[in-house]
Amino acid sequence: MNVAVQPRRPVETGVPDPFPFMHPVLKKNYGNWAWHDRLRPGVLHHVSKSGEEVWTVRAGTQRQMDVYTIRLLCDIGDKFAEGHVRFTTRSNIEFMLSSVDKVEPLIAALENNGFPVGGTGNSVSMISHTQGWLHCDIPGTDASGVVKSLMDMMHHEFTHEEMPNRVRITTSCCQINCGGQGDISINVQYTKPPKINHDLVSKVCERPAVVARCPVAAIRPAMVNGVPSLEVDEKKCVCCGACYPPCPPMQINGQDSTKIAVWVGGKHSNARSKPTFHKLVVANLPNNAPRWPEVEAVVKKILYAYKEHGRDYERLGEWIERIGWPRFFELCDFAFTKHHLDTWTGARKTMNMSAHVHF
Amino acid sequence: MRNAEGSTVMSHDEANGASTPKGKHPTPLLDELESGPWPSFVTGLKRLRDSGDKQYAPMMNDLLGQLEHSYETKTGYWKGGTVSVFGYGGGVIPRFSEVASQYPASKEFHTLRVQPPAGYHYTTGLLRQMCDIWEKHGSGLIAFHGQSGDIMFQGCSTENVQKAFDDLNEIGFDLGGAGPALRTSMSCVGHARCEMSCYDEVQAHRTVINEFLDEMHRPALPYKFKFKFSGCGNDCVNAIHRADFAVIGTWRDDMKVDQEEVKKYVGRVGRKYAIDHVIAMCPTRALSLNDDDTLDVDNKSCVRCMHCLNVMTKALSPGDDRGASILIGGKRALKVGDLMGTMIVPFMKLDTEEDFEKLKEFARNLLEFFADNALEHERIGETMDRIGLPAFLEAVGIDPDPNMVNHPRTSCYVRTDDFDEEAEKYFERKLHKDASRAAAE
Repeated sequence: MNVAVQPRRPVETGVPDPFPFMHPVLKKNYGNWAWHDRLRPGVLHHVSKSGEEVWTVRAGTQRQMDVYTIRLLCDIGDKFAEGHVRFTTRSNIEFMLSSVDKVEPLIAALENNGFPVGGTGNSVSMISHTQGWLHCDIPGTDASGVVKSLMDMMHHEFTHEEMPNRVRITTSCCQINCGGQGDISINVQYTKPPKINHDLVSKVCERPAVVARCPVAAIRPAMVNGVPSLEVDEKKCVCCGACYPPCPPMQINGQDSTKIAVWVGGKHSNARSKPTFHKLVVANLPNNAPRWPEVEAVVKKILYAYKEHGRDYERLGEWIERIGWPRFFELCDFAFTKHHLDTWTGARKTMNMSAHVHF
Repeated sequence: MRNAEGSTVMSHDEANGASTPKGKHPTPLLDELESGPWPSFVTGLKRLRDSGDKQYAPMMNDLLGQLEHSYETKTGYWKGGTVSVFGYGGGVIPRFSEVASQYPASKEFHTLRVQPPAGYHYTTGLLRQMCDIWEKHGSGLIAFHGQSGDIMFQGCSTENVQKAFDDLNEIGFDLGGAGPALRTSMSCVGHARCEMSCYDEVQAHRTVINEFLDEMHRPALPYKFKFKFSGCGNDCVNAIHRADFAVIGTWRDDMKVDQEEVKKYVGRVGRKYAIDHVIAMCPTRALSLNDDDTLDVDNKSCVRCMHCLNVMTKALSPGDDRGASILIGGKRALKVGDLMGTMIVPFMKLDTEEDFEKLKEFARNLLEFFADNALEHERIGETMDRIGLPAFLEAVGIDPDPNMVNHPRTSCYVRTDDFDEEAEKYFERKLHKDASRAAAE
């Protein structure tokens, strides 16, 4: 008779207490900081109300890190910093230092090991991104590859602070858009309705749930070839892919039909203007792995038009608001089409209901 | 198509030269992601593949093979399933390969979502411990961090999921959220290293999330529910866009101005620059530069947007009467379209234990409302839209406030026969508020 091994019960510890891991100067001055400045791109200098100082060196990472890379960063952290690190929301690593003398040796160590130092102030920070082909169950592309290609192109803009304001870029591998809103967003855009494998639908999909998931009520139950399945009214379908996660036989991805769209003007911060969503500028770019050159060309155009024409402290969307959308499309040489006119709920509020015209 | 054919062949030859050991999948397309100055995840994956003595080397070889296959065919090959640890219903993202016959060693490649320390603080010692555990049980691949805010331990066989979790749990780490559940939260660096921080983000984050762990570990909500904590309006954790419940630091007394530092700033950048880039960029025209280069602030007009504080970090800082605003209902496209959080609590004091207790109770109130009223697969922002803000406010016991709107309604289609009673309530509340403020002072 087998003796059942008693499984270990989890200890529901929840969110770990960060204080045991926090740099001592940060811990000591918790809630007591006075001001900060930046010594150079990638280096923050914070001064507390008691006069204590801490220097932070920020470096880019590939986010999906192998243990060797993590241990290398730890070695650098032990040898050149003080054994405490943190990560930013955009997967940059930060090393905290209690003495300014350690800043330059740390930067040299990071750069010698291939970690770009930057991402502070008015720079292009690391792209926040999703899982893609590496791990997602519904991806249209591989975010890690798109990000690597774009960060190679924007390396100078990560390591320098030459933009009008910070640039926050995101990528997403499907229209759920886990990557979020960005000054520039590079997102999968499906272009064809799902291709349905009718033999599998009733076996793997909860059909009413799939019907309910469709934002435009284009899906209905149907008998196909004598088996219960689902059908899509292709005239109504907006190709969003919402039916695909709950029903994988409704394949939304196609080798040629999965495209990339680029959006601009998303902003999380409340600084100056209220937070904004990003807006479509170019669609139908090919999903051209492994380097996505067409996407790179579009992002480059937007980025450098902003760099050249934006005023200090204007975020990308604020710059466009000042110069107007006609000028933006003209400066970037992008086509303005009927697809730029919103048709979704609340669309009317995105229209120009005034006599204000840019010439 | 131009690079799928041409350039592939070239690097294919390179990759398949004498340097590619036998039995390793050729990865000509992925190899192209090893050049360039940015750190390459492909190089990292290969390091794991080439760790011949490690248990994960064969898994990572097949993982690279499958990923290369995805790059060739532009198709993903993972499907979900059910994998969890004893006692929990969520926190593991199951991944089974659809092309396992070609890549058998990575047929199971699950992710453990693990909650990081609030504010993402680590010691190198802790990171090494995590590496050791993941080297023993997993793929050796870790993402700091996923879009959910979790540490993503990516790539684990079904058999090893429990072992990996047990070891991580032994050193004080717990699984995060997945599915229709309370999700892993995020908080900005805040109090730990930022002068803009208006409340103790660590305390808020841990107080709220650790109270409702049952909702995280045993998914039973209508859909996901996310809390995010930012210490000021710069909103570094993107709470307003991405969280159902966004806590944003603010203050309600006057901002602090060090006039000597203002003068120094103006002296340094010049008067025109200061006017163009600080004064004129104030969204509510609350700033004015005096003739002696000191600053006038109309604090009643200021909306705490943070721009001038961001620019003049030494001269300007938040006031003393600090706390947070709470916005409810942010989410991305599915299914009604993007929604940002809407201002529901313009100000909540967050100083004392009782204040944090109140925040927790408000969170409980919202979670209960969500559990009871949202339809299946509906985010709370959609519920609010469906029932309307007045019904939502009534349900969660919050009074209407002009800070909740850009402007009052423009549509006349509303029944107003109880307008006088509602106005009476407003004046009663105002009286009460004025009295309690006077008492506090």
